[in-house]
Amino acid sequence: MRDRPNLLNDKAEEIRRSIFKMICDGGGGHIPASLSIVEILVALYYEVLNVTPATICDPGRDRFILSKGHACVTLYAVLADLGFFDKSALDTFGRRGSILGGHPDMLKIPGVEASTGALGHGLPFGAGIAMAAKMDNRDFKVFVVMGDGECQEGSVWEAAMFAAQHRLDNLCVIIDYNRLQAMDELDKIVSVSPLADKWRAFGWQVKEADGHNIKKLVDLCTALPFQPKKPSMIIANTIKGKGVSFMENEPIWHYRMPNGQEMRVACNELGIDPK
Amino acid sequence: MRNAYIDALYELAGKDERVLALVADNGAIVYDKFRAAYPGRFINFGIAEANMIGVAAGLASCGKVPFTYTIASFLTMRAFEQIRNDVCMQRMNVKLVGIGAGFVYSNLGATHHATIDMSIMRALPGMTVFSPSGPLEARKITKEAARIDGPVYIRLSVGGSPEIYEADYEFETGKGVILRDGPETVDAAIFTTGGIITEVLKAHGELRHMGINARVVNVHTIKPIDKDIIIASAAKTRVVITVEEHSIIGGLGSAVAEVIAENGIAARFKRIGLQGVFAGGYGTYDDMKEMNGLSANAIVSETIDCVNMK
Repeated sequence: MRDRPNLLNDKAEEIRRSIFKMICDGGGGHIPASLSIVEILVALYYEVLNVTPATICDPGRDRFILSKGHACVTLYAVLADLGFFDKSALDTFGRRGSILGGHPDMLKIPGVEASTGALGHGLPFGAGIAMAAKMDNRDFKVFVVMGDGECQEGSVWEAAMFAAQHRLDNLCVIIDYNRLQAMDELDKIVSVSPLADKWRAFGWQVKEADGHNIKKLVDLCTALPFQPKKPSMIIANTIKGKGVSFMENEPIWHYRMPNGQEMRVACNELGIDPK
Repeated sequence: MRNAYIDALYELAGKDERVLALVADNGAIVYDKFRAAYPGRFINFGIAEANMIGVAAGLASCGKVPFTYTIASFLTMRAFEQIRNDVCMQRMNVKLVGIGAGFVYSNLGATHHATIDMSIMRALPGMTVFSPSGPLEARKITKEAARIDGPVYIRLSVGGSPEIYEADYEFETGKGVILRDGPETVDAAIFTTGGIITEVLKAHGELRHMGINARVVNVHTIKPIDKDIIIASAAKTRVVITVEEHSIIGGLGSAVAEVIAENGIAARFKRIGLQGVFAGGYGTYDDMKEMNGLSANAIVSETIDCVNMK
């Protein structure tokens, strides 16, 4: 039998295939932004988060908020694989009657904690949950995955100050630092660097990691808080479009569908039977 | 109105530990009693309205009942997307309490006036919109807001607003209150809401001296609107006037117009309020009413014109 890290790497590859099929069949979606966070979600959902399909309403469950809601297909693939809802729903993505749309809806999808899509909303919402946990003396944790471009939103920094002020050490943000936004590189539009220093200056304890190394992500996420009485931040260095060579680090693919030839190349690289 | 709200909130907090008071750098002194009694349940967010609403939604997702409070214009507009997405789309039990309805912050200028807040709050799916007339109603509405499981917006004038009710009355969400009525026949039905009711009541008295009998209806709930009282009053008088310290676009006047139009009622109809403009001028609150066509005199002359055109 193979060891756990390899199994999780295999799981990540399986999720990548699922993402690609879902978006191509569903007729549209954010492929590269979704591929970018695969290992982060695998690390969290398979090794870290204390939540199961049976505990989605348990007040003591860990919370996961995908603030970059446009990468929702990754979350859908993971939740379906873990049995939060039936896998057959993945085949309906983006279609009439489906519970799964281009941004996640917490009223429709079991296991989804927040209806995100507009950027800069996940962190204040997560900070509110973390604050409620403190008020009620509950020891669950709140994880928020944000995009790097999302850090251009002012509400992110309002919440950053708030979380530090209230010592929300039960809150952990993971930034998907792939250095690209819809139109181009962040550094060519409005740079967020030095990203780690910014968050440190706002009172957060910051660590950096390879965002595609599941073991490293798990090690960090199970060693929280990084410092008592401070919110934690993991800057996950990632590759937008990871796993599809011609999409990697190419801004043009942010919201674009591959043509027939491109589809064949991508399927080959991801190990999908092209049918 | 403000003090009535805070007293009611204090009482609610005593009975229900889920109730929280959230503010954005305001409410000095008036919240002292609340803060002293429930220090862990009062949160000042500083000057960060969007974050206050986002955090409130997160708190509500864990069963808390946050009453957020700040100047109405900042609350409803600075944090609008948070109200729409985090609160309404997710059906969170968050209360929004805006202070400084209309142009009551007279000489602070249009940045501090809330004159389209009813329009935008009314447009939000699932939002209940209250506009109390004075202290007694503000108190009843605060208690009612806690009872409602879902988003509520309460539009408050300032402290020191006069009481318009002489006696206690039965409050019901979405049910207008007839404050004045003609002895037998009624020449016009005037629908109004919020602090400006005092001017409407003055106008009612003057009109009566002139031989014009008007029904005055206090519409304390802008959403859901009281269709029955609008239909019944319009059918009775055929002259319908709305008075609001707010833009005539999207607020009370629009809500009443929708009911009239959708029910096939033929009535002479006039919306008194800001005619699609920001409130102009500086001075006292009374000065502002005069300069912006919302004094009792202005309401009298508009009503006479409408009645005579009949």
